[in-house]
Amino acid sequence: MAIFGLWVINKAGGLVYQRNFADGLAQLTSNEYLVLAGTLHGIHAITSRLSPIPGQSSGAQVIEGETFKINILLTLTGTKFILLTSPAEPASTIDVLLQKIYSTYAEKVMQNPFHTPEMPIRSEAFDVSLGALIG
Amino acid sequence: MNSSVDHLSPTTSSARFSLPSKPTPGSKPNIYERNLNKTRLSEVSAASLSFLFSEIVQYTQKRVSGINDLERRLNTLGYRVGTRVLELTAYRAEFSSKAPKREIRLLPALMAIHTQVWRAVYGRPADAIEKSVENVDEYMIIDNDPLIERHISVPRDLSGLSCSSFSAGIVEAVLDGLGFPARVTAHHTPTATHPTRATILIKFEKSVLDREDILK
Repeated sequence: MAIFGLWVINKAGGLVYQRNFADGLAQLTSNEYLVLAGTLHGIHAITSRLSPIPGQSSGAQVIEGETFKINILLTLTGTKFILLTSPAEPASTIDVLLQKIYSTYAEKVMQNPFHTPEMPIRSEAFDVSLGALIG
Repeated sequence: MNSSVDHLSPTTSSARFSLPSKPTPGSKPNIYERNLNKTRLSEVSAASLSFLFSEIVQYTQKRVSGINDLERRLNTLGYRVGTRVLELTAYRAEFSSKAPKREIRLLPALMAIHTQVWRAVYGRPADAIEKSVENVDEYMIIDNDPLIERHISVPRDLSGLSCSSFSAGIVEAVLDGLGFPARVTAHHTPTATHPTRATILIKFEKSVLDREDILK
């Protein structure tokens, strides 16, 4: 039961924030993270059009593998919060955690005058409060 | 001979001004007509204040060329808020107490700023008030967690900037209004427990200190 990492993707599909919270994860270069985030953005766009019932689909929300789970929160503004966790993590805690991360983002990133929207996040306050939230 | 200011007179202007219609009974009065004493306890959401202040800082930053200029402009904006804060708190104090006092001595004036002005603007008194040991004309008001700076992360190339220059402007205006001219600046002084701690440094003019000595 662990949180492995957090990614934040802007509405254009570019990675604006990436952080690992557990040790022992594979070390990727920043370029590889950018490529993975772009791929995930594309997959999410495709899945939002796929639905057995004609009408709107929410896009992929959980992608499960054998050793991990990808949880995606799509906000009304198109920003995506991707939480990588262990497969055993219960869905309710993850939803609550994603909402808390979103509200921390709204405070520390959007209310920071020195942050340009859709640009990479370089905010010490955001890092500190995420550390307190996730540990 | 037509006076040169005739074109400014409203009767000769071709623009039409329409007066607002009388408010229907039962509708809320607009903000200028609300009773100042009844709105004493009304609150504003901290998030909207943060967004407004963030926009103020961004607006100022586009028009300046350095940290000092940015701090000076924030100080000027705070000054305009401070003159109104002083008037409003004095007016409300008159209504709530039987014999409201006006501060004429230095230390009571600083204490009034430390508690009443901070409470009127930020909802809680400031954290500490100190007197400098090196300079006799310097005093400091310390806020461990300034409300306007709570979500601000200053980037490395602007380190040393303190957005509490806005609060410094408020303090400067209140002091000017009370008759204690001073130069007020804000400095970012983080500690381990309070990473956003700000110190507001007040440097009084010589005339203030001379007057204090005479009154002693």
